[in-house]
Amino acid sequence: MEFKDYYAIMGVARDATQDEIKRTYRKLARKYHPDVSKESDAEARFKEVGEAYEVLKDPEKRAAYDQLGKQWQPGQEFHPPPDWDAGFEFRGGGYTAGDAGVHSDFFEELFGRGFAGPGGTQGRRTFRMRGEDHHAKVLIDLEDSFSGATRSISLRVPELTGDGHVTTRERTLSVRIPKGIRPGQLIRLAGQGAAGLGGGEPGDLYLEVEFHDHPLYRVDGADIYLDLPVAPWEAALGANVKVPTPAGNIDLKIPANSRQGRKLRLKGRGLTGKQPGDLYVVLQVSLPPADSDAARTLYKQMQDQLGFNPRAAMGVA
Amino acid sequence: MDKKDPSTPAVELIDEETTFTLAELCRCCEVEAELIEALVEHGILEPAGRQGRYWCFSASSLRRTRITLHLQRDLGVNLAGAALALDLLERIDELDARLRVLSR
Repeated sequence: MEFKDYYAIMGVARDATQDEIKRTYRKLARKYHPDVSKESDAEARFKEVGEAYEVLKDPEKRAAYDQLGKQWQPGQEFHPPPDWDAGFEFRGGGYTAGDAGVHSDFFEELFGRGFAGPGGTQGRRTFRMRGEDHHAKVLIDLEDSFSGATRSISLRVPELTGDGHVTTRERTLSVRIPKGIRPGQLIRLAGQGAAGLGGGEPGDLYLEVEFHDHPLYRVDGADIYLDLPVAPWEAALGANVKVPTPAGNIDLKIPANSRQGRKLRLKGRGLTGKQPGDLYVVLQVSLPPADSDAARTLYKQMQDQLGFNPRAAMGVA
Repeated sequence: MDKKDPSTPAVELIDEETTFTLAELCRCCEVEAELIEALVEHGILEPAGRQGRYWCFSASSLRRTRITLHLQRDLGVNLAGAALALDLLERIDELDARLRVLSR
């Protein structure tokens, strides 16, 4: 278990006031909120900051942590000294079963023990209860949506042990990805959520599907975009070229007099499904390098004979 | 409980045509019907059909409800603020999608 420097995580001084800590937390929570933030590690940062705040906002926990913190460096292998928390009264306060499994082992070791077990929460719950629905994200490849795929996903599931502690259990589930699925869509796995209490039926598992970035294709809803490099003469004179699509190579006719950036729509070749999307091929005219006498002569010929002014619309030559 | 589940459980795709009743939405988001009614009042959810039992929620309602709950819980945002945040987030998503198509 590594020692965590909660002050460094929040970016506050060790002598920061409680008000400063609260303000900093609010700012960081907005910045890294997983539903709002576009940062790639938002969720991890949000949890980390939340955990740091959980300790620093509470003067008792903060004092206990400060006393401990002097001897440790972040990342250092950490074991709490025995009776490190003697004289502090925070056991069980402000920490509920709902939060369990969210915090790091470091936090659990220091503050996570001794909270109210099942006996403590029973009052609120009916005896027989349907399990909670779980929600998770799954990343797939574009190709998986085309061909359908089976993905093995691991979920960390918080679980009550016999003596009332909460641990997380790794659960591996094999999930069939339905053909034609689009980014942002959900799939529901009935009965794969949390187990019910007292014989209640289990909850459902919801997976939100997102796609990995693809080196060739961009996905927008059900439509797929592909940048296709073409030679100037292919764009000018027209050509038949081979084009990769997620379903395999196809032949595409490039119409004569195509401009840079022209979009060619291939109807129904986007993501499959009840309403299949389209594939847009965006032409990218690629200039041959003028790295030989022959090439330079050809460019010179064009210059002399075409009388082409690309800036005519700007009124300059 | 078993550590691994080797069988492949049945999956159900929730697409644009999937709809939820009030009871299903409540169950799935673990909220009371009163909260869903408040979300409808704030325009966060726009169900089809008559109020209550006949309400019919679109698949995106699930996501919008969950984000609203998270914003309330984590950031102390009220429902009017959540409605605004959701609209702005959707706008950002649209712009991002357009940007992805245009740039590169």
